[in-house]
Amino acid sequence: MLRLLLRRLLLLVPTILVVVTLVFIMVRVAPGDPAIAILGDYATKDSLEALREKMGFNVPLWLQYLRFLSNIFRGDLGVSMLNNNPVKAQLLYALPYTLELTISSMIVGVLLGLPFGILTALRRNRWADYVGRIVSLAGISIPSFYLGILMIFVFSVKLGLFPVMGISRSGDLLGRLNHLVLPAFTMGLILTSYIMRVSRSTMLNVLKEDYIRTAKAKGLNNVIVVYKHALLNALIPIISVTSIYFIVIIGASVMVEIVFSRPGLGKLMVLAMKQRDYVMLQSIMLVYAALAMMINLATDLIYGLVDPRIKYK
Amino acid sequence: MVIIFVALFASWLSPYDPIEQNVRSRLQPPQIQHPLGTDSFGRDVLSRIIWGSRISLSVGVGSILFGMILGSTLGMVAAYRGGKIGEFIMRFMDILMCFPTEILAIMVLVVLGSGLEKLILTIGTVMTPRFARLAFASTLSVKEREFVLAAKAIGAKHSRILFKHILPSIFGEIMVISSLWIATAIRVEANMSFLGLGVSPPTPTWGNMVLTGVAQLTNAPWLSLFPGLAITLAILSFNLIGDGMRDAMDPKLQG
Repeated sequence: MLRLLLRRLLLLVPTILVVVTLVFIMVRVAPGDPAIAILGDYATKDSLEALREKMGFNVPLWLQYLRFLSNIFRGDLGVSMLNNNPVKAQLLYALPYTLELTISSMIVGVLLGLPFGILTALRRNRWADYVGRIVSLAGISIPSFYLGILMIFVFSVKLGLFPVMGISRSGDLLGRLNHLVLPAFTMGLILTSYIMRVSRSTMLNVLKEDYIRTAKAKGLNNVIVVYKHALLNALIPIISVTSIYFIVIIGASVMVEIVFSRPGLGKLMVLAMKQRDYVMLQSIMLVYAALAMMINLATDLIYGLVDPRIKYK
Repeated sequence: MVIIFVALFASWLSPYDPIEQNVRSRLQPPQIQHPLGTDSFGRDVLSRIIWGSRISLSVGVGSILFGMILGSTLGMVAAYRGGKIGEFIMRFMDILMCFPTEILAIMVLVVLGSGLEKLILTIGTVMTPRFARLAFASTLSVKEREFVLAAKAIGAKHSRILFKHILPSIFGEIMVISSLWIATAIRVEANMSFLGLGVSPPTPTWGNMVLTGVAQLTNAPWLSLFPGLAITLAILSFNLIGDGMRDAMDPKLQG
């Protein structure tokens, strides 16, 4: 087990390197001179030069790259071009909110999606299945921001049940939860639809397997057959798919954060992009990449734990 | 299932009525004379939705075409040539797929800048790794089949003619998934427009209509609710088409 972990971590290093380089190139290649972007069109040549010197843009590219790398390893992410606050602090502020949203959406999605998906697989081609399939199809077709707006419209505007935007001022648990409900359910419901579909098809595939027929032929109680045999085996591909969905959720969180005006990584990124705040942008991209890699790693590990057939190759 | 998808195929086609311009008629938003209301500039929402469909569809299809050509080629070459180059290409695709779609799209947009053509390129680039993966796997499975080996034995002129053999085999699979991915592309386009990163203001896209409509959600909900519905229906249609195609191809294999 430990060996697997070490190998995975080792593979991670070149991947990280490639990602970092990619981010670096992307930011430098982007059109628009950042110095002009900050100072405006009428800035004098001298002040432009001074700013470039300060930001380190007038140095040859490879030197910038090396500085970039060393900065990252030292944990220095620079200062945001926009508001002159350290990037790291802003990221650390925003990250918990994004994680909070993402994880709660994940919980909603799995808690609702898994049972319903399995249900539709068991009741295949009957009434429950059709309803389930139609609902989940609708779920994956609605863009996340639209569902968010709909939720706001129904629950906040018309019914006045939940707060429209932002996070809780007082920071107490109940307040935070209150503000979390609509956003989490927006993403959660969409995720539910995806998980429903996947659970359904996986379950159907597993139910066709020989060992299920054997179990039924042996005369085992149907319930036991379903839960013990089918479910456990179906769980494995579902877990791996869930990790992909986690990454998808992280992407979708950008939209939801904007719609509900929640602070978070996504909102930070969009703002940075609009203002061409390259320093911020490259750090955010790195964070997203790091998150994705961690999730992949975690999934591989869980996979290894759950499936007794997998040995490290 | 098949009947349903044909039906919605038709309903998606009808919004694609061509040239209804932005009619600058009256002022603030009523709802009765104009079937879907007007916006704060007096423009008819229905016309703008129809007009916007051209953008969403052209971006959707265009980006998929770009991604399909680029991605499939990469995948096929990688699978066929194999070796270090192939592995390198696919590793790179894997890394790209690490990023959430929307995030990757934003990143590429940063590099390319805004505008319709750039948007198509951007989303096309974002979808490329998927096509590459698909083409890679398909090509691998087809590579060792008899007709390919036969062509090699005849001394077929390098990879060129071989592409004429391999490509038709994998084409089917690619087409089927393409429809589903068009749905994704439309969704990403809508997301980008909603963020204000896609096509610019006076041109209506469904995404930016929702964006401007949100401010008026309490007093003029139709401004954002209807374009959003259009997006949903378009995505739904392509999903249904894709699902239908996939189901149609499947029983054939189980024959």
